Formats: sequence, C-alpha cells, structure tokens
Amino acid sequence: MELKELTIKSSLELLERGEITSRELTEATLEQIRKLDPLVKAFLYVNEEWALAQAEASDKRRRDKQAGPLEGIPLSIKDNILIKGHPTTCASKILANYIAPYDATVIEKLKKAGAVFVGKTNMDEFAMGSSTENSAFFPTRNPWDLERVPGGSSGGSAVAVALRMGLGSLGSDTGGSIRQPAAFCGVVGLKPTYGLVSRFGLVAFASSLDQIGPFALNVEDTAILFQIIAGYDPKDSTSAPVSIDNLLSLIEKNSQIPLRIGLPKEYLTGDLHPEIQKALETCLSILRKKHTLKEITLPHTKYAVATYYIIAPAEASSNLARYDGIKYGFRFESKNLIELYKKSRAKGFGKEVKRRIMLGTYALSAGYYDAYYLKASKVRTLIKRDFEQAFREVDLIISPTTPTPPFKLGEKVADPLQMYLSDIFTIPVNLAGLPGLSLPVGLTRDNLPIGAQIIGPPFRDDIVLSLAYFLERELFLKLIPPILTENF
Amino acid sequence: MSITVEEVKKIAHLARLEFTEEEIMPFTQELSKILDYFRELQNLDTSDIEPTFHPLKKDTSFRDDEVKPFDNIEGILKNAPALREETIVVPKVVKAP
Repeated sequence: MELKELTIKSSLELLERGEITSRELTEATLEQIRKLDPLVKAFLYVNEEWALAQAEASDKRRRDKQAGPLEGIPLSIKDNILIKGHPTTCASKILANYIAPYDATVIEKLKKAGAVFVGKTNMDEFAMGSSTENSAFFPTRNPWDLERVPGGSSGGSAVAVALRMGLGSLGSDTGGSIRQPAAFCGVVGLKPTYGLVSRFGLVAFASSLDQIGPFALNVEDTAILFQIIAGYDPKDSTSAPVSIDNLLSLIEKNSQIPLRIGLPKEYLTGDLHPEIQKALETCLSILRKKHTLKEITLPHTKYAVATYYIIAPAEASSNLARYDGIKYGFRFESKNLIELYKKSRAKGFGKEVKRRIMLGTYALSAGYYDAYYLKASKVRTLIKRDFEQAFREVDLIISPTTPTPPFKLGEKVADPLQMYLSDIFTIPVNLAGLPGLSLPVGLTRDNLPIGAQIIGPPFRDDIVLSLAYFLERELFLKLIPPILTENF
Repeated sequence: MSITVEEVKKIAHLARLEFTEEEIMPFTQELSKILDYFRELQNLDTSDIEPTFHPLKKDTSFRDDEVKPFDNIEGILKNAPALREETIVVPKVVKAP
C-alpha cells in the first residue's frame, strides 16, 4: 500500500470498493509510525492493539452496510482532547497518569463516523508554546528538517499528518496552534469560527480563544473532518446553534464565484521573510485571474501580541487553578494543604506554564486588573473592529501564516518574547473569533514549507475552504517530506 | 524593572506556586521584560471603548435541570491521587477543638 498516495477521500473510495480494508490501512499506518516516529517523536501514545481492534470493528460495520462517513480512516488526536479509557497528558507531568473518564464531543462524533484512533500526539505543555519544545516529555522535530521545530502547540499532529502517520488529526488553536504548525510542516490546518466546534472534552487553556480544528493533507480532507466535528453541543455553553451539511459540494460550487480578497498592509511590511513574501506573491498572481484583490488596513495589528499575552494567560491562570493535586493529577504529599497545593503545582507544571500562570495572576490581581486585563479586553474590541471594518469591503483576507519559515530547535527557547512574536499573524484571528486556514503554498530554497493564511468573517468557514480549494488546485503542489520517500 | 522579587513572591503565593531562590531572580527579569512589552498598550486611548471578553455576542445558554446518568464514576475515582473506598483522601483542614 502506497500510503503517500492516499488521502482520506481516496481511502474512503478504496474502502467502499472493497479494494482495501481498514485493518490493512491501519496496519500500514502503524508500520509507518514504527518506522518514522523515532526520528520525529510526534506521538506521546500509540496503542497498536486498540487501533487494530477499532479497524476490525470498522471493517465489520462496512460489511454490515453500517459504514459511517469516515469509516475505517486512521487518525491521530492531540493529547489535550479526551478519549475515554486512554491517557490525556497535555504533555504535562501534572497529568502524566491521567486516564480520560469520558469522550470529548468531537471524539464521540468521530467514533460515530467510523474513525480509527491510532494515538495521541505531542504538544507544548497545556498548548502553551509555538514549537512543541515545551512538552514535558520530549520535543517533536520537523519532518522537512530534523534540526528545526514543527511549530506548535499542535506540532505532533502536524508532523503525524505530514508523514502519513494517520491520514488526519485534530488539534486545538488558541493563538495559532493549528495554523502555525500546519504551515511549518506543509499540511492544511483549519481553526474554525469560535463556537462552531464543541470544546467539551478539550482541556481548557484560554476559553474565549480555544477552538478545536482539523489537520489534513488537502482542503477536501480538511472539510470532511470539519463537517463531522462541527455543530451545536448542549455540553458547551459557548457552542453556536449552527450545523454544517454538504460542505464538499458547497466548497466546490463556491470556488467558482469571484471574490473580493483583502491584503492587510500591516502584515506585509517589516520583518516578513523574503521567500515567504515571494510565495505569497505567486498566490496573489493566481488569485488575480479570478478574484479582485484589494489592500486593506488592520491598524491595531501591532497591539495583538501584547493583548493576547495578557488575555490568554489571565484565562489560563483561572482555568489551571483546577490542578491542585486533590481530585486528579500529580500530588506532592504534605500534611499542610497550602504546601500540598504549591508543591504539587511547582513540581507538576513546566516553566512556560508557570510563566503564564504568573502573568495571568498578575494581570488579574487587585491594583493591576484595570491596567492589564481590562485594558487588553478593550484593545481586543479595537482588533475585532478592524476585521469588521475590513469585511465590509472584502469577502476574505489573505496573509502569510507565519513571518518566518520553521526555526531551529533551541533558537527561541531562551527568549519567550521572541517566541510569542512568531504568532503575530495568527493571534488576531483568535482574538476576533474568526475562521482561519493555513494552506501550503510553496517551499523555500532550503526545502522548508511555507503557508498562506485565509481569514473569513464569522461562520463563513465555507468560503475560507472554497478559496483554499481554488488556490490548492491552481498551485498544484504535492509536498512530500524527503524522509518519507527515503524510507519507503 | 516593572516587577520586584517581592511582588513575584506575592503573585506566586496567590497562584499557589513557589520558586526556589535560584529561580526567582531570572524569573523576575523575564516577567519584567514581558510586562514592559505590554506597556505599549498604554499608548492607545481606550476611554470610550467597551471591553470584549468573548468573541461571540450570545446569551448564556441554559440546559434543563435534569439528572442524567454518568456511566464511569470508577474512571473518575481512579484518577484521584489517594483514595479510601470511594472518597478522596486530603490533608486535614480543620483543627481539633
């Protein structure tokens, strides 16, 4: 079986025609993990026996004419999404022994659709980071250059998909944690509109920003996964009462419609890497054939990183108060309750997590609330208004996903502020709750992937996908990391 | 520096964290640098701007208040660091009279 030739859509056709079984597909995927994962370390947990049992159950459902829309497709899941009976560590020592007692809503939906889970992927601890170096267990490496980071925080998921260790994955995106690793690894990643995908069973980081979304090899596969996981969920009080149907035909139909596409001038100046600039220009010349391009302004862009790094840690400091060593997670035994709390948390959390809890606690504390948290929440309004104003003039916005190609391991670890600034193009999208997608649009001379970001108005994830579909077909790239061919 | 070692210790206590004496100085410097960066927000006049706490303008949705069974209580208890039968063991928090 030539895994690198397969997509979710083509595998579903082969399964439907009986040319392959889910058992064969899952075995090939597990073989791929055995062969390639030691090089990149994308997985925190792989359970072959479990995966094969799911595949066999799936083959039986297909024989019984009970096949779901994702019947038999092997997937990986970021390790902050709960799958009942299996570990969810968030790449943190504090949850090292945690076994999920229930399924996240997205997992329930994928199970119903027939998906086969092969394992849980590595990430920055509690999704706090942009390189997967903040995992408490080990860093993950970029499949295009093992000396470089895969991005983060959903680095493991992006790498798993790029190397066909599962045909798709779910990640979470709070400030770019799906889009940035997708760009760094040469795969498609979608952060849906806030509220479209249930967060029930996603370990909370910053609840007004977090959103689960899919990684896949192309736009169609991304849409297939997104349609399955989207929709209203009474278990998430921020879930939007929207359902998504017939997405594939809608995307194809919409991709014929000429659109007005905005280019934010604030994203295209200053420190943008020349090769990323060039790749974006190639995209623009393709888009001009059918669509209208227009320069737009998002004047508060330069305040987005500071705004985000107040709001996200503030929410995190509150959300992570639950890790107290009492009901679950790591406990440092002590006769004194306060000491038990402090020691359990000090020993259980890693450096970046503590840094953000401290920043957030500070920003919310008496005397500083107005100057930090309230101020940032007001600037958030201005950032949101920038987009509202822009979407009066254009249908979609296009930009680079990242200001630079993947950086080297260790390069930004010593300077947290530099690491934070690598999310400058993705953060505003979360602050405003918009849909954003990263599409691979080329390679640098050093063979490193480049991503373009497409941003849409709220609940127009469909036209975001449509434009990505159009651009993907016109670009006609097939990005296969060299280690994939060498090892086949 | 935007923040002193004493303030960092106070915030750490509020957050139920602690830092060793070797950790505290570099940590204070790092936090100071980040807080300095946040200061650029003070350049913006936001006096007439309403804050955004949430991206969607939506009323809180309510569920009917009905009991629904949960089938894996054992799975929840298994995650507790210390158990005695079906109760979680914690340090004593009340003093004997």
